[in-house]
Amino acid sequence: MSRHTLSVLVENKPGVLVRIAGLFSRRGFNIDSLAVGQTEHQQISRMTIVVNCDEHPLEQVTKQLNKLINVLKIVELEAGAAVQRELILIKVRADTESRSKVLETVQLFRAKVVDVALDAVTVEATGNREKLDALIRVLEPFGIKELVQSGMVAVGRGGRSITDRALRPVERSA
Amino acid sequence: MTEQPKPAPPARTHASPTPLDIAARAAQGHRDPAGPADPGPAPDEQPAARAGGSSPADPAAVVSSAAAAAGGGLAGSAANGTVNGTTAAPGAAGPAASPGPAPGSPADQAGLAPRTRMTGAQALVRALEKVGADVVFGLPGGAILPAYDPLLDSAEVRHILVRHEQGAGHAAAGYAQATGRIGVCMATSGPGATNLVTPIADAYMDSVPLVAITGQVSTSLIGTDGFQEADISGITLPVTKHNFLVTQAQDIPRTIAEAFHLAGTGRPGPVLVDIAKDAMQAQTDFVWPVPLDLPGYHPVIRPHSRQVREAARMMTAALRPVLYAGGGVIKAGASAELLTLAELTGIPVVTTLMARGAFPDGHRLHMGMPGMHGTVAAVGGLQKADLIVALGARFDDRVTGNLASFAPDAAVVHADIDPAEISKNRRADVPIVGDCREVISDLITAIRAEHEAGRLGRHNAWWAQLDAWRSTYPLGYEEPADGSLSPQYVIKRIGGIAGPEAVYVAGVGQHQMWAAQFISYSRPRTWLNSGGLGTMGYAVPAAMGAKVGRPDACVWAIDGDGCFQMTNQELATCTLEGIPIKVAIINNGNLGMVRQWQTLFYNERYSNTDLQRSGTSGPGDAPGAPPAPLAGTRVPDFVKLAEAYGCAAIRCEKPGDVDAAIKQAMEISDRPVVIDFIVHRDAMVWPMVPAGTSNDDIQFARDMAPDWGSSE
Repeated sequence: MSRHTLSVLVENKPGVLVRIAGLFSRRGFNIDSLAVGQTEHQQISRMTIVVNCDEHPLEQVTKQLNKLINVLKIVELEAGAAVQRELILIKVRADTESRSKVLETVQLFRAKVVDVALDAVTVEATGNREKLDALIRVLEPFGIKELVQSGMVAVGRGGRSITDRALRPVERSA
Repeated sequence: MTEQPKPAPPARTHASPTPLDIAARAAQGHRDPAGPADPGPAPDEQPAARAGGSSPADPAAVVSSAAAAAGGGLAGSAANGTVNGTTAAPGAAGPAASPGPAPGSPADQAGLAPRTRMTGAQALVRALEKVGADVVFGLPGGAILPAYDPLLDSAEVRHILVRHEQGAGHAAAGYAQATGRIGVCMATSGPGATNLVTPIADAYMDSVPLVAITGQVSTSLIGTDGFQEADISGITLPVTKHNFLVTQAQDIPRTIAEAFHLAGTGRPGPVLVDIAKDAMQAQTDFVWPVPLDLPGYHPVIRPHSRQVREAARMMTAALRPVLYAGGGVIKAGASAELLTLAELTGIPVVTTLMARGAFPDGHRLHMGMPGMHGTVAAVGGLQKADLIVALGARFDDRVTGNLASFAPDAAVVHADIDPAEISKNRRADVPIVGDCREVISDLITAIRAEHEAGRLGRHNAWWAQLDAWRSTYPLGYEEPADGSLSPQYVIKRIGGIAGPEAVYVAGVGQHQMWAAQFISYSRPRTWLNSGGLGTMGYAVPAAMGAKVGRPDACVWAIDGDGCFQMTNQELATCTLEGIPIKVAIINNGNLGMVRQWQTLFYNERYSNTDLQRSGTSGPGDAPGAPPAPLAGTRVPDFVKLAEAYGCAAIRCEKPGDVDAAIKQAMEISDRPVVIDFIVHRDAMVWPMVPAGTSNDDIQFARDMAPDWGSSE
């Protein structure tokens, strides 16, 4: 099993997300994370789907995805050739005593504080999975009151856009 | 019909559009009523603005907010998010609606095409006329009522009123399977729509081109658990090729055009169009033709020439090749090409349950049907092959048996119009994506080139082996010792008397397998059955649909007594609409196939398979068991039942009466005929590969395994 990041261009229509999510569940695939938003073209949305599976099932699910009428294109983004980011918001317990230590940690990770209360601060951080996991580990001792993550978004490195043929389309020519 | 020459994107090997397509479409087609794009708020504001603010004028926002809700979540939460998105959509679309052209509808050709003012319902019927739908099977109800009014006036669309929506669905499928055209069924919202789910799933599994039109509650009621509301597009998501929820009158013609295009091209399949009642009642401008807006749909029709040449090379080099023909051959109309290819190469052909009739049964190159109840020669042929050329077949588990031990020495050429079928179950060495007729035509050309280069196939030793299996293990059955009627004999005689021009439609179970085995097929579209889903109750309504599509053909439904009781209400439709089908009930008083498994694998404990006794009365044949309270009775009496429906009815219990009964039925053409054949209940379907075992373990009769000899 290995992690794969799929970028899926879809028509920006109601119900498309459930078609994609439903296909994963009924074909027996688990989605690690899924993030969706509009692209530079307003009628096209882009989904970044992270799945954990072997090569053969990945090929099968990609072919099945391609059959969905609303799916325009699927590209697998190799980790080394793509920028991958997740956003995380963490509400950390921080009273007058511990606040400076929390802020110090936040600084170390180049994260930022986006909200302050008497007994807590909310930290925003972006990065790859490893960096965010490390941040969570370090903040844990202070007491995490709430945590929310965005799911990964990713874009290929270099000047080409996803619509270039250069990026390897996952569906092997058959 | 399947391969309407498409406006082919030049030589494309996968189903996604080129980058240019997307870009071009984005550049020209975009027309957003919500005004300029969000100028990119600061990252920390964005999710809140989208999710909380939910500007309903922008359908895009709906998807985005659902997405934001689901982002980082699991599939489950994602699904929830979009259910909300879906239900919010009509509201979202409402404010955006303007008297002008549909928002987002491409290329405004409306200025050129003639416009006519009418209701959405009238536009629906007009669109059905325009796409050539000559028959609609359906049953009205509240939400679909507006559509039934203009239907009354249509001279081109014949509506056939069924007695149950499931019958409408199977009838549409039977019509489609017998004619190659697209079957259409119609139902109201809620229970009407959910009654269509089984035939839609059936059509999905067997790749039958079907368009189902359902009424939906008005947009203001959608999502409120309104009376007779069911989210039928959500329910049918996993069993349709695609589906639509239409909430705007002006979208109706385009959606109907798209639905028919999707159902009939590429790999055919069912498409559902759910139309809100108020969309049918609203006024709109009818414009035809309408441009299709399907940027993500590009079925690949033409195969890759290099792959075809490689396949041809392997076919001439192989020592033990087999052509494994599936339902795709029939759907592509490729029977003539298959015959040419087989005769050109001398390679044996097996025809799957869905492909019976794709190749003439009587042909010397035909090995019979492969699979769980296939012939020894067909099963052995695949099992010992060194090359399997799969044409429009999908390596279903009923064909392969235990997949790991299936055809261990075979290389695989797999041609299918659906790339997702290739290497799904069995890895293909040479994958070919394309329409079967195109693929086979190209293969013929490539094989001729091989022959001209002096490379001819050498299959003599293989044929010696195949002929030995074929002559040693022909299909057969034993007559019951007590002189009662054997079901195989009945079915064989129906095939013998009605002949190869007739259309045969089976239910699901033993009678289905015998009808596949003991009727000799030689033409495509003369054998209809529920192969993938295995839907009991398919036969009567599907035969009705087939007869409507081919009124000059003799149509026989060969049904079991269990199956018949699921959908026989459509005999009323047949009688009243003048659809004189013939129904042969192979009546063994039992759920025969289940009983066969209980005999073989459950120690003859017949739990709930005897249809003439109480299900809780215990194993009937156990020593000391009390006599069945209804022993000797026939509930229901099928002769009386058929007569009550206005059919001619015949009962036949003796072998000597079989021919006379069938001939009598053949003479009656002014109403449906039902023959109740009372047959022996212990007859079994052989050969058989026990479920989950290897095809090597096929038995041609109980505990009788073939001697494979040395094929290596």
